[in-house]
Parts: sequence; C-alpha cells; structure tokens
Amino acid sequence: MYLPNVNDEQDSKVKNRYVFSRRNLWSGFLFGIGLVAFIDETVFHQLLHWHHFYDKSTSEVGLISDGLFHAFSWFATIGGLFMFADLRRRHTLWLTRWWGGILLGAGTFQLYDGLIQHKLMRLHQIRYVENVMVYDLIWNIIAAVLFLIGLGLIYRTRSRLQAEKAIAHEHQ
Amino acid sequence: MNINEHSHHTPGTEQHLTQWIIPQLILALPFVILLCMYILAALRSSRNKPWPLYRTVIWLIGNILAVAALAGPLAALAHTNFIAHMLSHLLLGMLAPLLMVMAAPMTLLLGMLSIPLAKRLTRIMRSWPLRMLTHPMITSSLNIGGLWLLYTTNLYSLMHESILLYLIVHFHLFAAGYLFTVSIIYIDPVHHRYSYMYRSIVLVISLAGHGVLSKIIYAHPPAGIPLDQATLGSMLMYYGGDAIDIMLMFTLCMHWFRSTRPRTDLTMRKSTI
Repeated sequence: MYLPNVNDEQDSKVKNRYVFSRRNLWSGFLFGIGLVAFIDETVFHQLLHWHHFYDKSTSEVGLISDGLFHAFSWFATIGGLFMFADLRRRHTLWLTRWWGGILLGAGTFQLYDGLIQHKLMRLHQIRYVENVMVYDLIWNIIAAVLFLIGLGLIYRTRSRLQAEKAIAHEHQ
Repeated sequence: MNINEHSHHTPGTEQHLTQWIIPQLILALPFVILLCMYILAALRSSRNKPWPLYRTVIWLIGNILAVAALAGPLAALAHTNFIAHMLSHLLLGMLAPLLMVMAAPMTLLLGMLSIPLAKRLTRIMRSWPLRMLTHPMITSSLNIGGLWLLYTTNLYSLMHESILLYLIVHFHLFAAGYLFTVSIIYIDPVHHRYSYMYRSIVLVISLAGHGVLSKIIYAHPPAGIPLDQATLGSMLMYYGGDAIDIMLMFTLCMHWFRSTRPRTDLTMRKSTI
C-alpha cells in the first residue's frame, strides 16, 4: 500500500515547479508590466495630473507605441493574474522566480516608458516643470534598480534549476 | 435619400423630431423583436431544461442599452452633443454586443430547432462567408476600421445630414461590434476556433487602435464639434473602451484558465488520498 508522506509531497512540489518555471517567470513578468502601467495611470495621470492625456509634441509613432502598451498592460495584468492562479492551483508556484519576473517586467516597462516614450518619442513628460531632468533621472534609476534586482532573483532561481536538473540526471 | 439641412442648427424643433423619428424606429424595432423572440424561446426551452435566468437578464439589459442608444432622449441629444454621441456609441458598439454575446442566443436557437433545421443552420454557420465574417482579423478590421472612417473623414458630419447614412453607420456599428465580440470570446458554438494567443493579440491590437483613435479625436476633432465636447468625448471613448475591453480580456483569460485545468493531477491526488 502506498501512503504519501510529507517528504514525497514536498519532493513533487519542488519537481512540479521546475516543470512550470517558465510560467512562473511569465506570470510575474506580465503582472509586473501591468502593475507599473496601473501605477502610472492612477498616480501620475489621474491623481497627480503630472502626465498629460495628449502632449502637442507627441509623434505619431509615440501615439501608436502608447496605444499598444496601454492596451497590452491591461491584458498583461489580467493574464498574469490568471497564470498566477493556475500556478497556485497546480501547487507549482515558485515565489522567488515569480517576484523576479515582476521586478524584471516592472523595470523593463518603466525604462521603456522613461527613456523611449518620454524622451525619444516625446509622448509626454513626467511633469511639466523646468528641472524635468531630475524627475527623469529618479524615474529611470528606480527602473534600472528594479530591473537589476529582478534579473538577480531570476539568475538565482536559474542556477538552482540547473543544479536540480543535474542531480536528477545523476539519479537516472 | 432624405436631406435634413437644419438638423445641426435647430435641435429639438418639431421638424427635427418628426424627421428623425422614423430612423429611430427602424433602428430600435429589430432589438425589440429580438428581445421578444429570445424571451419566448427561453420560456419554451425551459419546459424541457431550464434556460439560465441570468442569460435572459443580460440579453434584456443588452437590448435595452442598444435601444437607448438608438431611440429616445440620449439618441436625440447625440445628434448635437458629441459626449452623448460617444456614450451612445459605447453602448451600441461595445457594451450591448458584449452582453448579447454572453446571453448565448445561438445556443438557445439551436436548442429550439428540430434536428434537421439545426443541422442546416450549423451548415450555414460553417460556410465560408460566415467563417470569414467571424474571423478575428476581419471582424477587428471591420470594427476599428469603421470607427477610423467615421471620425477621421467627413463621414461624421455627413451622417447627421443623411438619414440613409445614419442608418448604415449605426447598423454597421452594432453588427461590427457583435461580430468582433463573437470572434474573440467563444460563448456560442464556434466551428473554426482560433487559439487563445491569436485572439489575445488581435484583442490587444484592436484596443490599441481604439485608444490611438480616441487620442487623435482629442487632438483633431471632426469638423463642427466644440472643443470641450471633443476633449470629454474622446476621453470617454478612451476610458470607456478600456473598461469594456477589460471585460472581454477577463472572459478570454477565464476561458483559458478553465481549459487548462489540470485534470490528471486531480485524479491522481484523489487516488492517492
């Protein structure tokens, strides 16, 4: 007769999360993009009114880029959360990797927004003041820090993933 | 074709009202008929197997919203006020179609028909013209392309002068919205299914097209619209479109979530416990 013990369950949990390691990363990455876009919209557009709905110097490509990212960020939030629910349902959630994904997604999107959309495409500025440079610096440094921490977390889970795979091979 | 030259300048006059009462009736009547047919069918089908009440309720709400957008005070105001126009367009082109698709009218209809008739209807739905009309790429082009045509050319002002154009634009708005919704979320039986990824991408691009267009209206409103109305109207289009498309995205993701349910895992756990 087979009786599952705690160790077995723990074992299969760990094994499962390796199988779904990619989904953990994607779920976090998508949710991270959505989260930053959501904060951008609620805090900077709606509450502070720093960002403008439309800036007279907006280029056409900027308008398209903004439209695509705005639409995609809604989808990413919802899709990322449904993937999170799926990982939990399967008992395959790997929080470190998921957080790595969130920070990487958040950092990537904020860097893209801060460098390409605000500066290159001149979609709108962070705030309409004289020393906008200071705002730009803080914005992009925070983005880079998020990006790097995310990358670090993912790297850590990746090395564990490879170590586990090597052990599994030895056992066979 | 009936030309009403003064519709812009003399809103609410006797002449204006009588002029637009017929197109309002022509547009609203089909929804009243559809509503009655659906309720009758739901009652009849409930004799064998109860038809879910919530479906009848959302069909009712969807039809009421469509009629509100086409006839009555909001529709009358929409002739002269761009914000009212935008609200009526959100209702007719997005919210009413979404609710009506969720009510699964084809499922109800197929259940009502005799088997040979149901088979014939299924065959028609499988035919290539209908498959084309429910292809996500085509429906999104019809939907978003139609809007671009309306707001970036002088079609918008022409529409308020010609009753025929008015009828065509409003019929197109609802039909394109309905077909688009049908092609993105599968509630009724679908014969040629596209993957979740495919439909997600089309949905995101469509919402982007909708958002970009609303910002273009914000910057360059169609001729004859006061600036303050253009500002508010375009923002209503932008955020209203977001709100309704979020419901579409939620439904699409929820269907994915259900379809990827780990069946084997559950049975395995049952057997070991």
